[in-house]
Amino acid sequence: MLRLPPFEYYAPKSAAQAAKMLAEFGPEALLVAGGTDVYPKMKRYQFQPKALISLKQIKRLSGILGSNSKGFVLKSGTTLTEVASHSSLSKAYPGLAKAAGVVSTPILRNMGTIGGNLCLDTRCNYYDQTHHWRKSISWCMKAPGAKGVLFKPSATRDESIPCRVAPGGDRCWAVSSTDTAPVMVALGAQVVLVSAKGERVIPAKQLYCDDGIRYVTKRPDEILTEIHLPPADGIKTTYLKLRRRGSFDFPVLGVAVALKQAEDKTITDCKIVLGGIASYPVEFEQAEKMLIGQKPTLELIEHVAQTVFGPARPMDNTDYQIYYRKRMAPVYVKRALLELTS
Amino acid sequence: MATENYSVIGKPLPKVDGIAKATGQTKYADDINLPRQLYCKLLRSPHAHAKILSIDTSKAEKFPGVRVVLTGHVMPTEFGIMPSSQDEHALSFEKVRYVGDPVAAVAAVDEETAERACELIEVKYEILPAIMTIEDAINKSEPRIHEKHGSGGNLSKIVALEFGEVEKGLQEADLVQEDTFFFQGNTHLPMEQHAALASYEPDGKLTLWSSTQTPHYVHRALAKVLQIPESRIRVIAPPTGGGFGGKDDPFSHEIAIAKLSMMTGRPVKITLTRDEVFYAHRGRHPVLMWVKTGFKRDGRITAMHFKSHLDGGAHGSYGVASTYYTGALQTVTCKVPAYKFEGVRVFTNKPPCGPKRGHGTPQPRFALEVHFDKVAEKLGIDPVDLRLRNLVDPDSLTVNWLRITSCGLRECIEKVADASEFKKKRGKLGYGKGVGFGVGSYICGAGLPIYWNDMPHSEVHIKVDRTGRVTAFSGTIDIGQGSNTVLATIVAEILGLMPDEIQLVTADTDLTPIDLGSYSSRVTLMMGNAAVEAATNMKKILCEAASMKLEVPVDRIELRDHKVFDKANPAKSMAFEEAARLAESKFGALAAVGSYTPPKKPGTYKGSGVGPSPAYSYSACVAQVDCDPETGDVKVEKIWLAHDIGQCINEMLVIGQVEGSVYMALGEVLMEEMEYRNRMGIHKIPSLLDYKSPTTKEMPPVETILIKNAESRGPFGAKEVGQGPLLPVIPAVVNAVYDALGVRIDEIPITPDKVLKALDLKAQGKEPRVGPTSIPKAPFPPALKVEPPEEWKSQLMSTL
Repeated sequence: MLRLPPFEYYAPKSAAQAAKMLAEFGPEALLVAGGTDVYPKMKRYQFQPKALISLKQIKRLSGILGSNSKGFVLKSGTTLTEVASHSSLSKAYPGLAKAAGVVSTPILRNMGTIGGNLCLDTRCNYYDQTHHWRKSISWCMKAPGAKGVLFKPSATRDESIPCRVAPGGDRCWAVSSTDTAPVMVALGAQVVLVSAKGERVIPAKQLYCDDGIRYVTKRPDEILTEIHLPPADGIKTTYLKLRRRGSFDFPVLGVAVALKQAEDKTITDCKIVLGGIASYPVEFEQAEKMLIGQKPTLELIEHVAQTVFGPARPMDNTDYQIYYRKRMAPVYVKRALLELTS
Repeated sequence: MATENYSVIGKPLPKVDGIAKATGQTKYADDINLPRQLYCKLLRSPHAHAKILSIDTSKAEKFPGVRVVLTGHVMPTEFGIMPSSQDEHALSFEKVRYVGDPVAAVAAVDEETAERACELIEVKYEILPAIMTIEDAINKSEPRIHEKHGSGGNLSKIVALEFGEVEKGLQEADLVQEDTFFFQGNTHLPMEQHAALASYEPDGKLTLWSSTQTPHYVHRALAKVLQIPESRIRVIAPPTGGGFGGKDDPFSHEIAIAKLSMMTGRPVKITLTRDEVFYAHRGRHPVLMWVKTGFKRDGRITAMHFKSHLDGGAHGSYGVASTYYTGALQTVTCKVPAYKFEGVRVFTNKPPCGPKRGHGTPQPRFALEVHFDKVAEKLGIDPVDLRLRNLVDPDSLTVNWLRITSCGLRECIEKVADASEFKKKRGKLGYGKGVGFGVGSYICGAGLPIYWNDMPHSEVHIKVDRTGRVTAFSGTIDIGQGSNTVLATIVAEILGLMPDEIQLVTADTDLTPIDLGSYSSRVTLMMGNAAVEAATNMKKILCEAASMKLEVPVDRIELRDHKVFDKANPAKSMAFEEAARLAESKFGALAAVGSYTPPKKPGTYKGSGVGPSPAYSYSACVAQVDCDPETGDVKVEKIWLAHDIGQCINEMLVIGQVEGSVYMALGEVLMEEMEYRNRMGIHKIPSLLDYKSPTTKEMPPVETILIKNAESRGPFGAKEVGQGPLLPVIPAVVNAVYDALGVRIDEIPITPDKVLKALDLKAQGKEPRVGPTSIPKAPFPPALKVEPPEEWKSQLMSTL
């Protein structure tokens, strides 16, 4: 079987203690929450941290607080199963519950956390491979080292080793594969980042960057502790996921839509965010603008949906053909908009 | 024969090993550990095709915890499953032929150490261009993947056979239909990765435990490569966690750990990782096919010409047989008056292909049944009626000399069409929904052994002791298909006991008599017949002893419900245990044997060894699909499958095999693909997550219909069910997609992008078809002309 490389394991009891440890270890440490993505990747030597700092023992890092009218606070260690099945949360934000409920399999959702899913490493089928496989293609930019050489996620970049997806370029094209991030961005959620230096709150949208290696703005010394959701206040949300099978698979396209309509059906607010097509959740502002102030009709929705076709530029590094994924973007956007407006 | 007459045969009793498996207590190969055992890891090639210039193991040898580092130089003898293609080295030392080809083995105190030491082995390679496609392999004879093997250049095998006058038949046709098809390669994906443990003892005897379907052939390969007598080697196959053909070959890792154990004097264990299982492969060959068939206006076939091009990967494996199988069984479902087959298998720099459920026949079956669907439409004949019009007869010989005995295909077709309301639904379910139909047939065991010999293919020993305990010994290996239950049920039926009372000793070359292995759907029929003979012989002994005591003629004695009794007067009886004691008192040790040798093959031409079987199972399938024209998604709503089983030994197991076959077929037709990045010469997705195989969420309801017409050559009339039911499912789904959307996908898997591409072509007014448009020009030799059997000719005359 694939074996885990050796590592030190720490289980602090508070976020402050965890932040202190992170500061002490520096970039050689890695946070682990549910571990459903970290451990398989360590077995494949995609990264080999000296120390893992587990968030599992921090009791105050789990739970869902708030209400429909006040908004919700999701502690980052809350499992995806809890997010998917929380009764008032799923009533307020059905799209978020849906997204959390289609991550991988029931068993992994019982382990995996909402914070972990938001910080999920980007994926690429040149990168998510065993050590032997990656050695066979002479490595890639995102995991450039051989076994035994320490390398970390989202920090290292070896300019001499190209991205295998687009070898001519100077960036990594690994794909944002989190189901919940597009919904959080669409909902205008805020995330709380805690480090030994203090705390900052940023919009979920600003958590992500267009880079397969440095895919989050969260610094390695920061811990994502909470997600703040605004009051639902009439926002309707949904999430549609393209994947080969009804379980297990990461999204190769995820469409999150959040919108508000006036009494007369006029759309007053709209967010359309796509996952699985780039290194970050992509918001389609042009499409949103075309809808705001309009009453939805089938023709309008089809027209708007078509505008995502051009900018949706998936690469050949996930399941399905590239062109197919590109072609599905407008179809899924249309279906999501129809679901919310009809 | 009605099932009611039996006490256990045909009953849906639980598997004898079911509880242990369901509760996780079954000990698979990886569960076995020995004191002082070492762990082995293999260093595998990172290149698809390269010469090995040197291997330096010195650093690895010095690594703390390493006991031995092994390279192939010390085991230069070539091996392989087929005598005609001994083209593998236990560890490659001259060249590597695919990414994942094993080049060195390390034995160390633990797995991590062995893995780290592998990294310290320095191999210098001279990289050669990789041959990655069928076309390249046919067109480029250089660089040669095998210098010393195959049929020249990069051809692994090339054959051409003609039975009767094909050209004449095509000229007499009213419609000549020509099609090309491609069947993508896929793999077995057993839940259990291959695992093995070798222990070389101080007395010079070697024992190997391995998750294999063929302990006997592994035994032979070990003796050959290690150059020690077979009498000093013992191979044990513990219960195997799924095979499907993926554990039919002797493998590098088995030989390497045996050698490492000999070198260290310690047991050595290996368990492959999932990506290594993808590299071990031996799965479904990708096959490019071309078929041309002549039909009369009324739907009767006049002649058929079939060509297949198989992508064999880096080694021969079962490829010679696979090649013939792509051409052999076309004729066992429909009468083909004249038939020509040309087949070529090529070497490519990919993991070797071999046998997977249906071995070499799902590909041509897909082609044939879709081809017939197209013809049915052109001729305005219902697809069901087209099959019935060409139906083979029971007790007949085919044009290519295959002996058909029982044939329940007519009942399969009629019942599956009725149950699914196929004729009512076809073309009438509305856009996006459709039904499709297909048939198939499979062998109940290969008529010939893999290496030429005249001995039995399966033997069973039965021992009864003075406590009445019955033990059956058989070389068969239960790979999950239920062969243990079949053995126990047959013995129990004959001796009047329950299956869970029969002790089983299986798959141990020291303790059990020969069985060739769990492949070619041979076990129920061959082991079953041997078990019937052995149990009947034991029954005779017990009856004779009881007859004297009960003072009843021996032919009136029967065994049932733990009793030995007078059939005419059942009150006159004794317990089974008492009969056992009486028999031992009278005859001494109680042992009985049985064996089975298949009938001689009817044909004598070169190539006639592949295809003959004691009997053929038949299946027919209707698939109902719901397609989304906007996304190209194909959802299978329901499968109806009728299977001619002859007689169930255990009905629950039979239905389980049907459902498992349907599941596997759906994976092959809709999503599974051995995809390679050809430029890099590497498997694209060697993992359980990324190699897409259906989940329970994709599995539709299956309605199984069993046709029970006893087969005279089968034990209690039984035929196979492990492989045959897979065959018609694939074309049935493909034909259903056509019924739903009016597009032809002549290439599987039917992925959503192909469906959309075909719909685009339709919208543009072009031919709504996705699939290969041409075949490469293979250097087929002039066909070997074979005269069809006399008997066949007269039969054909009577039907015309």
